[in-house]
Amino acid sequence: MNVNQHTPMASPYGQPQPGYGQPGYAPLDGGYPAPYAPYNGPASAYQPGAPQQGYSPFTSFPSKAVAANPVSDLSSPLDLGPARGPPASGAPPVSAPQPYNQYSQSQGDMQNGPPLMTQAPPRPAVSQPYNHGAVNLPGPQPSFPQHYGPPPSMQQVTNQMTGMQIASGPPTPAGPGYAPPHSSQPPVSNAYSAAPPPSYTHAPPPVSSAPTQPPPPSGPAPSQQYYGGPPPPSQQQFNSSLPPTSQQQFTSPAPPPSSQQSFPPTSYSGPVPPPSQAPAPQVSQPQQPFPPTQPPFSSAPPPVSQPAFVSGPPPPAQGSFPPRAPPPSSQPGSFPPPGPPPTSLPSGQYTGPMPPQQQPPPTQPSPYHSGPPPPGSQMPPTSMAQSNHLPPGPQGPPGPPGPLQQHPPQPGMPGGFPPQQNGAFGQVRGPQPGYAGPYPGQPNYGAPAPAPAPAPPAQKRLDPDAIPSPIQVIEDDKAKSTEPFTTGVRGQAPPLVTTNFQVKDQGNASPRFVRCTAYNMPCTADMAKQSQVPLAAVIKPLATLPQDESPPYLVDHGEGGPIRCNRCKAYMCPYMQFIEGGRRFQCGFCSCVTEVPPHYFQHLDHTGKRVDCYDRPELSLGSYEFLATVDYCKNNKLPQPPAFIFLIDVSYNAVKSGMVNIVCQELKTLLDYLPRENPEMDSMVRVGFVTYNKVLHFYNVKASLAQPQMLVVSDVSDMFVPLLDGFLVNVNESRLVIESLLDQIPEMFADTRETETVFGPVIQAGLEALKAADCAGKLFVFHTSLPIAEAPGKLKNREDKKLIGTDKEKSLFQPQVGFYNTLAKECVAQGCCVDLFLFPNQYVDVATLGVVPVSTGGSVYKYTYFQAQTDKERFLNDLRRDVQKLVGFDAVMRVRTSTGIRATDFFGSFFMSNTTDVELAGLDCDKAITVEFKHDDKLSEETGALMQCAVLYTSCSGQRRLRVHNMAVNCCSQLADLYRNCETDTIINFFSKYAFRGILSNPTKAVRDTLVNQCAQILACYRKNCASPSSAGQLILPECMKLLPVYLNCVLKSDVLLPGADVSLDDRAYLRQLISCMDVAESHVFFYPRLLPLTKLESGSLPVAVRDSEERLSKGGVYILETGLHLFLWVGASVQQELLLNIFGTPSFSQIDPNMTSLPVLDNPFSERLREIIDSFRAQRSRYMKLMVVKQEDRTELIFRHFLVEDKSASGGASYVDFLCHMHKEIRQLLS
Amino acid sequence: MATYQEFIQQNEDRDGVRFSWNLWPSSRLEATRLVVPVSCLFTPLKERPDLPPVQYEPVLCSRANCKAVLNPLCQVDFRAKIWACNFCFQRNPFPPSYAGISEVNQPAELMPQFSTIEYIVQRGPPTPLIFLYVVDTCLEEEDLQALKESLQMSLSLLPPNALVGLITFGRMVQVHELSCEGIAKSYVFRGTKDLSSKQIQEMLGLAKPAAAAAQQQGRPPVCLFLFRFLQPVHRVDMNLTDLLGELQRDPWPVPQGKRPLRSTGVALSVAVGLLEGTFPNTGARVMLFIGGPPTQGPGMVVGDELKTPIRSWHDIQKDNARHLKKATKYYEAMANRSAVNGHSIDIYACALDQTGLLEMKCLSNLTGGHIVMGDSFNTSLFKQTFQRVFSKDYNGDFRMAFGGVMEVKTSRELKVCGAIGPCVSLNSKGSCVSENEMGVGGTSQWKVCSLNPSTTLGMYFEVVNQHNAPVPQGGRGVVQFVTQYQHSSAQRRIRVTTIARNWADAQSQIQHIESSFDQEAAAVLMARLGVFRAESEEGPDVLRWLDRQLIRLVKTHLKSSFSSSRLHLQFMFHLRRSPFLQVFNNSPDESSYYRHHFVRQDLTQSLIMVQPILYSYSFHGPPEPVLLDSSSILPDRILLMDTFFQLVIFHGETIAQWRKAGYQEMAEYENFKQLLQAPLDDAQEILQTRFPMPRYIDTEHGGSQARFLLSKVNPSQTHNNLYAWGQETGAPILTDDVSLQVFMDHLKKLAVSSSA
Repeated sequence: MNVNQHTPMASPYGQPQPGYGQPGYAPLDGGYPAPYAPYNGPASAYQPGAPQQGYSPFTSFPSKAVAANPVSDLSSPLDLGPARGPPASGAPPVSAPQPYNQYSQSQGDMQNGPPLMTQAPPRPAVSQPYNHGAVNLPGPQPSFPQHYGPPPSMQQVTNQMTGMQIASGPPTPAGPGYAPPHSSQPPVSNAYSAAPPPSYTHAPPPVSSAPTQPPPPSGPAPSQQYYGGPPPPSQQQFNSSLPPTSQQQFTSPAPPPSSQQSFPPTSYSGPVPPPSQAPAPQVSQPQQPFPPTQPPFSSAPPPVSQPAFVSGPPPPAQGSFPPRAPPPSSQPGSFPPPGPPPTSLPSGQYTGPMPPQQQPPPTQPSPYHSGPPPPGSQMPPTSMAQSNHLPPGPQGPPGPPGPLQQHPPQPGMPGGFPPQQNGAFGQVRGPQPGYAGPYPGQPNYGAPAPAPAPAPPAQKRLDPDAIPSPIQVIEDDKAKSTEPFTTGVRGQAPPLVTTNFQVKDQGNASPRFVRCTAYNMPCTADMAKQSQVPLAAVIKPLATLPQDESPPYLVDHGEGGPIRCNRCKAYMCPYMQFIEGGRRFQCGFCSCVTEVPPHYFQHLDHTGKRVDCYDRPELSLGSYEFLATVDYCKNNKLPQPPAFIFLIDVSYNAVKSGMVNIVCQELKTLLDYLPRENPEMDSMVRVGFVTYNKVLHFYNVKASLAQPQMLVVSDVSDMFVPLLDGFLVNVNESRLVIESLLDQIPEMFADTRETETVFGPVIQAGLEALKAADCAGKLFVFHTSLPIAEAPGKLKNREDKKLIGTDKEKSLFQPQVGFYNTLAKECVAQGCCVDLFLFPNQYVDVATLGVVPVSTGGSVYKYTYFQAQTDKERFLNDLRRDVQKLVGFDAVMRVRTSTGIRATDFFGSFFMSNTTDVELAGLDCDKAITVEFKHDDKLSEETGALMQCAVLYTSCSGQRRLRVHNMAVNCCSQLADLYRNCETDTIINFFSKYAFRGILSNPTKAVRDTLVNQCAQILACYRKNCASPSSAGQLILPECMKLLPVYLNCVLKSDVLLPGADVSLDDRAYLRQLISCMDVAESHVFFYPRLLPLTKLESGSLPVAVRDSEERLSKGGVYILETGLHLFLWVGASVQQELLLNIFGTPSFSQIDPNMTSLPVLDNPFSERLREIIDSFRAQRSRYMKLMVVKQEDRTELIFRHFLVEDKSASGGASYVDFLCHMHKEIRQLLS
Repeated sequence: MATYQEFIQQNEDRDGVRFSWNLWPSSRLEATRLVVPVSCLFTPLKERPDLPPVQYEPVLCSRANCKAVLNPLCQVDFRAKIWACNFCFQRNPFPPSYAGISEVNQPAELMPQFSTIEYIVQRGPPTPLIFLYVVDTCLEEEDLQALKESLQMSLSLLPPNALVGLITFGRMVQVHELSCEGIAKSYVFRGTKDLSSKQIQEMLGLAKPAAAAAQQQGRPPVCLFLFRFLQPVHRVDMNLTDLLGELQRDPWPVPQGKRPLRSTGVALSVAVGLLEGTFPNTGARVMLFIGGPPTQGPGMVVGDELKTPIRSWHDIQKDNARHLKKATKYYEAMANRSAVNGHSIDIYACALDQTGLLEMKCLSNLTGGHIVMGDSFNTSLFKQTFQRVFSKDYNGDFRMAFGGVMEVKTSRELKVCGAIGPCVSLNSKGSCVSENEMGVGGTSQWKVCSLNPSTTLGMYFEVVNQHNAPVPQGGRGVVQFVTQYQHSSAQRRIRVTTIARNWADAQSQIQHIESSFDQEAAAVLMARLGVFRAESEEGPDVLRWLDRQLIRLVKTHLKSSFSSSRLHLQFMFHLRRSPFLQVFNNSPDESSYYRHHFVRQDLTQSLIMVQPILYSYSFHGPPEPVLLDSSSILPDRILLMDTFFQLVIFHGETIAQWRKAGYQEMAEYENFKQLLQAPLDDAQEILQTRFPMPRYIDTEHGGSQARFLLSKVNPSQTHNNLYAWGQETGAPILTDDVSLQVFMDHLKKLAVSSSA
């Protein structure tokens, strides 16, 4: 949060500005006011449920706004709900005011929630603005009023997030409220219906929301009325105090919290309700500040609303809410009792507010101001609001966050308010409705959703546009990163992985090699523990660099080998301090002083630097390589060039699927592209061939033979290599024999009827061959089926869907037999890396078969139901890349760090026989290793934390080398600094790996809970220690982590942690293993796929992505979605003919062949550009993505929808909005 | 005497039989006193160019436990068309096909000259011969090349329909599949793992066809599976020739100071397993070519450390041969398996050092295979010997037969104690089986997996007639040998030999009996007993046993016609010094090799082995056989000694000097040239006919190789008595061995003293 605020100060908000970065937010004061819609965020709307008030606060996703600073305000303000809500309903304006209201009371929150849902869809943009405005009232609440104005919808969204709260409180009330809301106020109202209304009314702010919500208006109106009555006042008050409002709400939330808790369950679905409750309480508190509002709420409003809600809203809301209701149950408890009455009340208020907001939207700012008596004050706030983004600070107090709370309320709602559902309002966006809206919070920053805060409440639902938008963040970062990134500055966070940037190595490793979760580490273990932010680095030691960056220099220190510290053995690097005129150097890691060997001596200049500093890569660069001496070699013998062995399954299935034929054909040409270091020389890599089914066939392809010889080894129980000479050969020398062999293999087995296969002996065979040749190497295993033939490593089919979800589920991810672990160990000892290509038609137990590849630094490729025709291209491209890519063998990686921290845990594809050395039989350019650090002492701010990753490996030409990556990060004694320098993408990378490993030993559910918990703790800690005080109902997210919830939700929803019914065990195991060695860029796109609209294509730049939600898809459009593994082309049902002609060469939607895997080559710029884009996507990823054309409403769309990660998933995964609400609730729980 | 000699000769020519006694003492007691048992050397497939096989089934006695074959000795009632079995006295009617039988129209088997007769019978489809080459690739390049050529050459000698297979081994064992086109395919086995026959068949994919066939009835491919590794020569001739041509030396590096790893044991196991699984009970030859001892896996004879030498007799006596027992046991088990299935195993071992024949000998001994020992595959000794394996007879058929089963039937007074030769017992207990075992006993049937015309078994009998139940005057004891075998033309044949001898009362007719003593046959038969014992007993014990027998013999016959056994004693003297009983100066492998041949050769060859033949060439007259005595070694003679295993041409001192001086090159000394040439020509003649080909040695007085001669001759002149005899005659032998004279004197003394 802080971040945002700080910098941003200025305009940022107003402007969508790129970096959420502080700048944007910072502006707090600077006229963001409007933008801050954040208020919306406050989602106070949700809060409607007076009681829950506390909850309502969800809103404050301080994300951007830093709590402490003005920013804080910002953050909070964002009511998710509003953003959307407004749009939908159209009554954007309304929202604005609402927010405030919400803030003041639960109402506001309420709105957020519901509104969003309902309204949101429609006019996202509009609403957003509100949010902003609302959000950050400068110091004071006032900010609310000012919605950021519609501007940057995106940014605003974030703000809106804050609004989240909405859900809770209102929910209950909302339910009812919502229904009514419609009437009362357009948008939000629905959700909030009951409660909100009042608030809305009050809150002229709703305005903001209003705009969006317009449609709802009708509905809202009424609701508003409800609210109107009571809420208005409150709202107004809020408004005035707005900023605070939200906060206040939060404060009030205190009580709500409890309620919220109850909500949790529902939270997602029903989050809305809580808010309502929150609001109520808030009301009390906030009210104070906002006298007006409060009164209304507390007294009249709430109750009133309730009734109102109940009656009207309930029904509608319920419909949608029902779900919520249940969860809320707990909450309900809270609600019900008091709830009904109070709740309703609050809710009512909320609703009230909500609508208002919506309505207000248009006028938002003014409305707020006006609405709320404090207008004047608001005014300022407005600015604040705008600043929200920045302002958080100001808001902080207000508690823009409030809005978020909403969710909780819902639960409570159930009882009385079931109806809450935004859906009722019509605006509702599918699933999310409930929570959704509110989130806006973060986005707000951008500028966009200013309105949100206030608005949301009214809307009740979080407006998806108001919650932090990954797209916005990505785009902002792109816009910001125009200069090359220089690594010289310690602790500077690099641009996001989605941004194209150039790196200049000035002493620290390029982010392409090393990315950290935090670039400013806490000094002490206590801080680290308190923040719960994982300290980790994702290291990709052999990463491929773009053309314009030079690869690491090779340094040769002569016979003595690299210069190293005597004690910790760290390699010479820029952190070594030369002293005593250059005769000694002090290690930057352990401080030990070591003599400089005579041949390395050099004088120092006046600054204490060696004179030759810039002539030596190891003294000036972050990444470089040393030539290793014989001491660094196995058995003290220089290594032999490595070998590649191809092991091909030739059982019936393999032959029938065409795999054997394809592999053999391809190898004939592929063998010319074996990796080499000098492109002009032949590769030193030798090759060997083995085929197998139940027995193994080795081939002697010695150059002197007229024809290849086949050696069959049937003794699979005790594998050995039947020949030495002639098995591993140089391709050029034996070309004729090899070609003859590859021609004959498919023929020989064309009539095979053997269906059983072995697997363990196959790897053993390769291993033995490498042992016999005394070299390292790589095995390419092409395998089809579960190895059931009698042999070591025989497996049985253990796929048992009944185990899923039970405590025994974890066993399915563990290898079935211990054999492969032992084998893997042997492989690693020999430097035998295994790449496995699977072509299964049924269960093959990837969890077990993958053990060896995963432990040896290899890869697993899986082509389920492989068909030559459709999958050939994908397979061949993968194979080509896999064979050609740069790879090192027999590698050992060691991470050394400054005294004070220690690398404690490692994730990736490797084997460890002790606790420090990561052993990799093979390490290729796509493999990343995630390293977690823990404190074992204190770090100093002065020296920062240093880490050095040294990888000793054998290059593909047989040279032994050491690649060294150095990284220095800052250390901080203030938590705020930590939160300001985090990288969410990297954290998610860490979390996913952590969780995916966790399922080996824990029930999946426990793993999910742990993740959510830790995440909540991180955010709660931020909230507690860094964000400015604000209403508990407001969700405040640190700027750097505002996407944490959405990404985390993606992780939680992944097939591995939450499998759908059609996800096979193999797929899960496969993904689990796959992700374990992904780098940040890959994991990012994997969890949050890239979705590009294709209506217009310009050369040179890609269209701006849209968020992964069905709502973002237009029936008339064509979209492309990539995940790093899949590539979809989605065609809307009513797409323009011209577009179809351009892409498919057919004018009719129905004539598109859904089975095509590549687009027709058409001679028009659009088609050319599209194919270019597809090609470029494929080039970026380590695995080839098969293109799948998905027609809207086609059967295959189900698959596609699975990747719309912001939506609720078929397997039960929460929508973004729901999850945000849930997260908010969790946070509040922690805070209370 | 003369008559007996003729009789004996006639019997041998007609029936291939030589009995130690041609008159049999009619009671058990008397028979025992004769010392030399009633026994015979029987050559089942003695070549009988004058014996056309008959094309029908033999007529058998209908008594279930008799089943003797109708023979000329049977009483026949032509009118009733009934014949009486001369073993069990069962009266049998002639089968319908003999309806036209009458005194003037007798079937062949009733004619006296057909005491040996051969039937061709139809039993199932004819199965082709099978040759499975098992080739060691851990050879020197030169050796391997020579071996490859020999093998390729052998393909042209095989009948076109014969099945061939190839297994090569070194560190690994490779079974080559011969049918595949375009790619040479082989199955590889690890050389260190002992696999059961079943495992081997599974791994070779031989087990499955049965199962598959069961599922998919009527599918012919089953056969293809069987034929995958064994293909008709005519079909894979080219393939196999190429394959052999491409054979490489074992590629695994042999570190300094190590022996190459040679998995002979597993290779054999695979070969046996393969045949077992595909062609049980069919004639097959596994031909093992080795260039060194097995150094790993089961059947390992010596470790791969060169610093550990292969076991010597010394080690064995000290029980210091680590692998001996285990390896022997392993190979014995395999030999038995192989024998059960009728497959024989040949060993062609060519190396300068020992190759483990001691352990492996049973493979050949029990299955009737050959053992050939040479220094290198690149010698004519091996090449020609190998070629001779495929020699053909006058009919153009191979001189080899497979899967022989020999059954012995005796009349009631006689029982069979056992057989010594390349056979295994079939454990067929019958009424004619004696409890007293000599050689391989306890059965009346033996399996002889591989036979050739010279394969000779020693058969030992026991007279069981009690003294108080005398055989009626004129009664005759009858022995019938029924040998079923697979002729090389793939026919099944049965050869029946029926022999009768008169009974004689030892009390009254001892002279007759003594005069019917066949000294040569008796010597060989006793030698076989000795060798058989030597296989399982310590050398000295065997010698003691032999000495005791001799003393008893001398004592028994001292009074009567001792002279008649004089020759016998002389043989015994040489036998005692022969490598068959003495291990001194021989490696364990050599001993095994010599013994192997001794127990299978016919009488003539056996005698040569016991007492080598020495011919003398001089200007004084035509070549003449001379005494195997040091006195025969004269300066102006050329000696030709044939020990069966070696052919030594020895030039006397003077001759050698002349030769060195090159007189033979001069026209005026043409006669000298001829003299030099004469023994060569004679040697050549021997070389041409003998199997295995003997080692040919050309040496002279004082030459290092002269030791072959000097070690054989009777050391009548030694450094001990040199001066007493004067220098004129012969060459002194530097030995402490006793001479024949001393031996005889001593023997007499012992006979007398112990009798006292």
